[in-house]
Amino acid sequence: MLRYTLTRFLSLCLSLAVASVVIFFAIEVLPGDPASIMLGVNAQPDTLAALRTELGLDQPMVARYFAWVTGLLQGDFGISYTYRTPVAQMIADRLAVSLPLALFSLALTVVIAFPVGIWAASRRGSVSDVSIMGLTQLGVAIPNFWFAMLMVLVFAINLQWFSAGGFAGWDAGLLAVLKSLTLPAIALALPQASILARVMRSALLDTLSEDFIRTARAKGLTRRQALWRHALRNALIPVLTIIGMQFSFLLAGGIIIENVFYLPGLGRLIFQAISARDLVVVESVVMLLVFAVILVNFLVELAYAAVDPRLRAR
Amino acid sequence: MSLLDIRNLSLSIHGAPILHEVSLTLARGDILGVIGESGSGKSMTAFATMQLLPEGAVPEGEVLLDGVDILSRSEREMCQIRGRDIGMVFQEPMTALNPLKTIGDQVAETVLLHEKVSRGVAQERAAEALTRAELPPEKFPMSRYPHELSGGQRQRVVIAMAIALRPKLLIADEPTTALDVTTQAQILTLLKKLVKEDGMAMMMITHDLAVVADMADHIAIMQKGRVVEEGPTAQIFRQMQHPYSKALLAASTHAPERSDESQEDPLLEVRQVRRTYTLPAKKLFGARRQIEAVKGVSFTLKRGESLGLVGESGCGKSTLTRAILGLEEVQSGEILLDGEPVFTGHKPNDVVRRKMQVVFQDPYGSFNPRHKVARLVAEPFHLTPDVPRAEREDRIAEALTAVGLTPGDAHKYIHEFSGGQRQRIAIARALITRPELILLDEAVSALDVQVRAQILDLLADLSKRYGLSYLFISHDLSVVRTITDRVMVMKSGEIVEEGPTEQVFDTPAHSYTQALVAAAPRLPDDVAA
Repeated sequence: MLRYTLTRFLSLCLSLAVASVVIFFAIEVLPGDPASIMLGVNAQPDTLAALRTELGLDQPMVARYFAWVTGLLQGDFGISYTYRTPVAQMIADRLAVSLPLALFSLALTVVIAFPVGIWAASRRGSVSDVSIMGLTQLGVAIPNFWFAMLMVLVFAINLQWFSAGGFAGWDAGLLAVLKSLTLPAIALALPQASILARVMRSALLDTLSEDFIRTARAKGLTRRQALWRHALRNALIPVLTIIGMQFSFLLAGGIIIENVFYLPGLGRLIFQAISARDLVVVESVVMLLVFAVILVNFLVELAYAAVDPRLRAR
Repeated sequence: MSLLDIRNLSLSIHGAPILHEVSLTLARGDILGVIGESGSGKSMTAFATMQLLPEGAVPEGEVLLDGVDILSRSEREMCQIRGRDIGMVFQEPMTALNPLKTIGDQVAETVLLHEKVSRGVAQERAAEALTRAELPPEKFPMSRYPHELSGGQRQRVVIAMAIALRPKLLIADEPTTALDVTTQAQILTLLKKLVKEDGMAMMMITHDLAVVADMADHIAIMQKGRVVEEGPTAQIFRQMQHPYSKALLAASTHAPERSDESQEDPLLEVRQVRRTYTLPAKKLFGARRQIEAVKGVSFTLKRGESLGLVGESGCGKSTLTRAILGLEEVQSGEILLDGEPVFTGHKPNDVVRRKMQVVFQDPYGSFNPRHKVARLVAEPFHLTPDVPRAEREDRIAEALTAVGLTPGDAHKYIHEFSGGQRQRIAIARALITRPELILLDEAVSALDVQVRAQILDLLADLSKRYGLSYLFISHDLSVVRTITDRVMVMKSGEIVEEGPTEQVFDTPAHSYTQALVAAAPRLPDDVAA
């Protein structure tokens, strides 16, 4: 187990190192000089040069890479070209919205998908199975922003249970946060839950046709007992894989939903930063997202080992 | 009164008839052998007794256990009967256990399900059951997971689960088919011992007459969902009546007509071949482990000869096969076919490789289901790019005809063929490059006895017609005996005995060969075939 964990951890560090190199140099080769963008087309050459020196843009590329990485490791993400504020602070502000939103919608996804998938698998071929699978098909197909607008119409404008948009901030209290995050979390979770429920169902059905389920039934377990005691844990591996991918997606992929609900999240930050050619911000947010994805993968792999003794032995 | 009394049991699945008025009886303490080929309905009879039938199955008739009809029981009542009154052991020990639970927990589960006892007591009972199944917890801790055990050991866990509550009836569905001969003998002895100890009745389902010959009290022979013949074992073997039973018995002892066609010049020469694998270290910074799968093996196969290679799983015979085929490079030693090395430099030599082909065990897994037979059979042509396209079709037709199929079969898909026909197609695929040597890697092990007999006849005929040489790799001694001139016995990466087939089997010299020959199930000598 220790060996397994350590090798996975090493691979995590290596992936991060490679990712940082790729992100940094990819952005370097893109055309566009941040200094001239900041100062506009009419800037004097000497002012430009001075700004370049101030931003460190006159240093060689490799030196700037190491400066950037060292900064990252110390929590210094640099200064935004456009806003002239520390990027770390900007990201922290946005994460305060995006991270809870991602976790909230992931929790909803799991809470919806598990029972639905298990229910459908245990009643394979029945009317409820067929109709549930039809609904999940719909859940995958409907664009979530359209569904979001419908929910705003019903629950925010007509019933006024939730807010239609904007984020009051954590200072306003948990209730206010829930009011502004619940509808976007549902909108994000719905297609994800549909996907996960389908994965859960088919993984369970695969496991239920295994020989050891027959052995369990021969011991005297009921169908339901065999499913809960023997099939479920065996079906978890593919489900965990999908959950890991979904979290990464939810963290950054909510940009349309963030726009629908006027939420100051990471997705919008990266969109604004790209439009403004604010490369320091782009770099940092992308790096952060890569870090999140790799970290989640690492956790998923640890979860595999927790589920499966055959992996622990490695 | 008999313990199990199956009366006129008929069964259909989604309207398709599977069983026709099957009647069987089994007394306490007796062993009933149910024999038949795949599709004969023998397993379905067992599943009907357990009421573990597939979806859409409709049973009719009566299955009386202790005078009470099982078919009229509710699912809830059945859950109490299964595991407590009837235990069951299955064919595939590798997949019969939940890979995520310890063996102790899995055995204890049987106890916990049926008796109101504490976890601790259930664990004690599990330990007792495992000890009775000869897998004592002192040697095999109950905290082990299935993947840490061998196939035979896993089968003992399944047996422990089935007998933990000392059921009245034990159903064993091909319990040893997937195991090696020596392991098979041990498991059969264990089952016999348990039946005797507990006064349990056992229904033993198998396709192999020899397996039940010296353990069953009664034998029932099934064909196409019907019991065609039934009676006390000795009587069945002495006065077999039904033509199907006779055919079955004849097939299981069938030896194709063949003569030793060996010439003096060597075709395949294996010299001092070594193959080791490196496994990852067990500890974090521990040394990597080396597994020596083949330890300096040398032998020669003569042109026209049929040479057998016998050994149990893990003895290195598959590794050796892959090395001969040029699929893997060896660390040291040479493999020459017709005087030329199979590997030149670090690349397999295609000119040499086209002179040999292989037929594998699994007629279901070794074909791409999306290709037509013509394309499947023509696959080895990549080794002989000089065969013109126009000639290829003729060659495909010729190969299919040679194995007893028709040229028209070339345009069908593989799922349209039975297991035996698929193995014929595999042989046709091997013949297409007109090789001199064919490696038969457990090529008849997955087949029913009658089909096996036909394929063995075909192989004998082909070797005569095309002057083929065979390297016949198998764990099944009876098959090797009928089709080879000379045999080698392999154990732990070494060849421990070698000699003319008759001599090795009749007067084995090495203790391991003696053990193998003794373990092989045998039909009684005085059978009236």
